[in-house]
Amino acid sequence: MRDPYRTQRIAFLLLLLATLLIVIPVGMIVVIIVQKGLPAINWQFLLDMPRQGMRAGGIFPAIIGTIYLVSGAIIFALPIGLLAAIYLSEYSKDNLLTRLIKLAIVNLAGVPSVVYGLFGLALFVVFFKFGASILSGSLTLGIMILPVIITTSREALESVPYSFREVSLSLGASKWQTIRHIVLPNAIPGILTGTILGLGRAAGETAPILFTVAAFYLPRLPDSIFDQAMALPYHLYVISTQVPNVDEKIRYGTALVLLALVLFMNLVAIIIRYKFRKKKKW
Amino acid sequence: MRKFKEFIIEKLILLCGLASIFFVLLIFLFLLKEGLAVFNIVGPFKFLFGKSWYPISEPPQLGILPLILGSLLVTAGAAVISIPIGVGCAIYIAEIAPLKIKETLKAGIELLAAIPSVVLGFIGMVTLVPLVKTVFHLPTGLTALSGSIMLAFMAMPTIVSIAEDALYSVPKSYKEGALALGATHWQTIWRVLLPAASSGIVAAIMLGIGRVIGETMAVMMITGNAAVMPKSILVPVRTLTATIAAEMGEAVVGAEHYFALFAIGIVLFVISFAINVTADLFLHKRQ
Repeated sequence: MRDPYRTQRIAFLLLLLATLLIVIPVGMIVVIIVQKGLPAINWQFLLDMPRQGMRAGGIFPAIIGTIYLVSGAIIFALPIGLLAAIYLSEYSKDNLLTRLIKLAIVNLAGVPSVVYGLFGLALFVVFFKFGASILSGSLTLGIMILPVIITTSREALESVPYSFREVSLSLGASKWQTIRHIVLPNAIPGILTGTILGLGRAAGETAPILFTVAAFYLPRLPDSIFDQAMALPYHLYVISTQVPNVDEKIRYGTALVLLALVLFMNLVAIIIRYKFRKKKKW
Repeated sequence: MRKFKEFIIEKLILLCGLASIFFVLLIFLFLLKEGLAVFNIVGPFKFLFGKSWYPISEPPQLGILPLILGSLLVTAGAAVISIPIGVGCAIYIAEIAPLKIKETLKAGIELLAAIPSVVLGFIGMVTLVPLVKTVFHLPTGLTALSGSIMLAFMAMPTIVSIAEDALYSVPKSYKEGALALGATHWQTIWRVLLPAASSGIVAAIMLGIGRVIGETMAVMMITGNAAVMPKSILVPVRTLTATIAAEMGEAVVGAEHYFALFAIGIVLFVISFAINVTADLFLHKRQ
């Protein structure tokens, strides 16, 4: 008979190997981008217009474009997402409708990003005639991050103990007063985490903005929300596949700025969550 | 007055609660509105199983079989790589890793999930593609295999976190019972925990694969974009998603090409819908 402890040692070794096969490449990706991208980063790179067909100069309009898009997306998605989360956690009953809503959220999260791009093109750009604009892109991204915001906010609201609500209701507060003054304030860190994760997701996506907003090369800042704009992820795509002879430094630099932006947001979200857990009073 | 205000607010909340259903329907509706017109030009069967995709030739040939096969090939490759590694990593995190390492590993996996796909595509282009080219002595490293490897990485965070959740939610008494009967830790994992968590793990794998099929940017940057019938995993292919992303810029609104790309969108939507609904059923079976 085989020695079961030997089998266990081999099995655990294989599991460790599987883990390392994920963790080491992730570390390598981050290290390579930081190492090769860092020499490109300076104020001129961050705050200058692209020049010579994007082969020189900076990436300022792409950074600004991404900030506009992400802000627009969150302005649209946060109120709807938060109210939807309140509905699910405070009002919904365990019935078919709730089941359907949850299924819809799962599906919304699973729709391929390029299909969001098609949808944005058909609805906002063509049907509503917003054209390829910051508005169309923001709305498309906003719908895309809705599931992230709903799911995390709902978890935050549901983690507020039930007794808090009972006390408030027993003191004569109405249901909405209870939600507004008791449940929401206690759920804010969790909601904030979800919002920031949504922001990070919106900042990094390329496919939804391909046909709804992205300008190939636009060395000026957008004037209004009906203007086209450059965006960081699309810019990285363009300079790494569409434009020949771009200095490698500029490519890595752009990748680093995008990666840093997204990881920074995720880090902030993780820190908020961590602090909140430590401070929890219940 | 206050009653009235609360009435308005509660109706607003209900409305937003329904927003997700509304948006899913709206997406499907607009895909149908723009995509169904393609079937005036080419029959559904010929569209799905036609072997040539030449959307701008005259007359256009709109068969998406090469694209479907491209997507399947890349996805199958990614699944073969990511399922054993992802589930293995989930078991390691859930059962074996010491507490401190566990938190670090989870943060690392979250980090991977956060990296934008265009950045992964870029890094794949500069590292993986040349590597595949040299190792297999190919004329180009932009192949289905490169895409599979890169996409496996994008599927792993989904697989690991959902599978880990599934393992974690197996009642502690199962594990204690097995250990008390003299089973080793590994025997407990293999014979008790994995079967008990199996429906959650199946859901994890399905959602990971769903992520791979829908992935666009990385796959467009490293699979070589050749819309022909793939003969092996070492040739350039083009997926459904990459076709939409690469060609929509040139398509004229209201032309055959435009309709055909939306019809591909319908196919993708239906696939992702089917995967998500099935995965959801598996997740609920567990509870």
